[in-house]
Amino acid sequence: MSPKEKQPLLYLNGVSVSFDGFKAINNLSLVVERGEMRAIIGPNGAGKTTMMDIITGKTRPDEGEVFFEGDTDLTKYDEADIACLGIGRKFQKPTVFENHSVYDNLALAFDEDRGILANLFHNETRSRRGRINEILDTVRLSHRKDFLASELSHGQKQWLEIGMLLAQDPKLLLVDEPVAGMTDAETVETANLLREISKNHSVIVVEHDMGFIRDLDVKVTCLAEGSVLSEGSLDHVASDEKVIESYLGR
Amino acid sequence: MISKSLFTKLGPQSIWIVALLFLIAAVVPLLNLALPESHPLHVPSYLVGLFGKYLCYAMLALALDLVWGYCGILSLGHGAFFALGGYAMGMYLMRQIGTRGVYAHPTLPDFMVFLNWEELPWFWLGFDQFWFAALMVVAVPGLLAFVFGWFAFRSRVTGVYLSIITQAMTYALLLAFFRNDMGFGGNNGLTDFKDMLGVSLQSDGTRAALFSATAVALGLSFLLCSLIVNSKFGKLLVAIRDAESRARFLGYRVEHFKLFAFVVSAMIAGVAGALYVPQVGIINPGEFAPANSIEVVIWTAVGGRGTLFGPIFGALLVNGGKSYFTAAYPEYWLFALGGLFVLVTLFLPKGIVGVLSQLRSAAQKQLGQRASAETGAKPEAAE
Repeated sequence: MSPKEKQPLLYLNGVSVSFDGFKAINNLSLVVERGEMRAIIGPNGAGKTTMMDIITGKTRPDEGEVFFEGDTDLTKYDEADIACLGIGRKFQKPTVFENHSVYDNLALAFDEDRGILANLFHNETRSRRGRINEILDTVRLSHRKDFLASELSHGQKQWLEIGMLLAQDPKLLLVDEPVAGMTDAETVETANLLREISKNHSVIVVEHDMGFIRDLDVKVTCLAEGSVLSEGSLDHVASDEKVIESYLGR
Repeated sequence: MISKSLFTKLGPQSIWIVALLFLIAAVVPLLNLALPESHPLHVPSYLVGLFGKYLCYAMLALALDLVWGYCGILSLGHGAFFALGGYAMGMYLMRQIGTRGVYAHPTLPDFMVFLNWEELPWFWLGFDQFWFAALMVVAVPGLLAFVFGWFAFRSRVTGVYLSIITQAMTYALLLAFFRNDMGFGGNNGLTDFKDMLGVSLQSDGTRAALFSATAVALGLSFLLCSLIVNSKFGKLLVAIRDAESRARFLGYRVEHFKLFAFVVSAMIAGVAGALYVPQVGIINPGEFAPANSIEVVIWTAVGGRGTLFGPIFGALLVNGGKSYFTAAYPEYWLFALGGLFVLVTLFLPKGIVGVLSQLRSAAQKQLGQRASAETGAKPEAAE
């Protein structure tokens, strides 16, 4: 193994950011290994979404370091650069291209040249079509291929957005509340889907649904007031006094 | 190979529209020039001039639609690009006057002699050559759009704020061009043109040729816009319109895509302005008036933004209506225009063409369902 591959995939150290004096993130440190799936829980306002904003370049931290693959300083790049470096992000509210077909949504996300000319003179290839059809299968949307994204149900939109991340083929997927507003059956299905994805990708999932977290069965980090409160297996975190105090309740 | 893939990319509808425009370009001058005035199919010269003007407006609306309908950039200053193209052409036409001006100065246009200028300002150099003027017709609006868009899109100015600064841009140009010191004829602008490429602008033949050139230019612009919006780039423009942050987090440099579309659009608007000026015979700072740019938005909205035929149809319809109303009921025209915009915004958000194509696809769906019901086949994936 080269030294680069021994480094953790994502490394946050002493990160702080404040908005108008309010410390949204306070001395946060977090390490995500290659191939790992990590669940992040925490009360509202714990800084979960802000942390994703920092990793993806939407927000610049006031202090602290954010490194990707060991030596890439993410605080120096913007959203488009970071996406091309290999970090994909699913938003809390499902955000897809409503006026495009399901297939086109995936095609636009597909990992290829992001330049203007390449997109003006783009031609569909068979291998690309095959790969997109595979992703359609993975996210259970093959039968909806030619539907407009706006015609999908809420749960299907969430899956489509996850599918777009797959098409983008990032090294790290940040998934913000993937099962919010889903039915119980859809939630179980989504847990299966994420487990499948985590075989080939590193994933960070932010979620409130404890049943879903239990289904995922991965290492859990609990955030509160902008820093890590507790970290470990779900049972370990759930039995932590501080976590019960500030989040789970007695 | 290339032409074949071109046809499949465009789709039959676009090909028909381009073919129709080219046909108009060929037939209307014939009906105007070759047929005697008594003939029932004769097209009078005043109509050729009027529709030539409308086609320029249609081109401007098409340019606006490329950025507004497809990329969500509501420019309230597109008249500025149109006017700059017009001024570039006007400068060429001024230099063609030569010694036939009132002061009969060999190089200086009349207004410069009147202002006691000794020599031609540097930015007028080269405009005696048609090729140079033609280049400036696209280069000047394109450059302004590039500089303006570079700063606006990089700073992520969007929505109503962007609309306001485009409006400010055209207003600033209006004020600047009003000044005599600017060297563009001030309040009066550029007029009294004599000829273009060696032929008199007043002759019927030249007017018919200008009409044809405008129809062809509109057809080519339509073709260019079709190619753009039907490519993956075009899908991306719509994607940026609908979910800009999603596109950005997928790794697209949203500001570059917007800038490209904005510059192409400004260049089309510039060509439209350049074809407009020789047909109306004057260009003055009034063309920069914010109200002009807002009218373009109305044409586009009425016709149907987000379709390429919509803005052309809207520009022809509204301007036809304007010509009729201002002659028949002059005092009601502005009410009609305002009312039309309110009605369209409330009841036809996709414009007339948008509604028609919606009705058509609904009818097709129904026909399809009936057909499948008759054959006993179940409609596919009907959940």
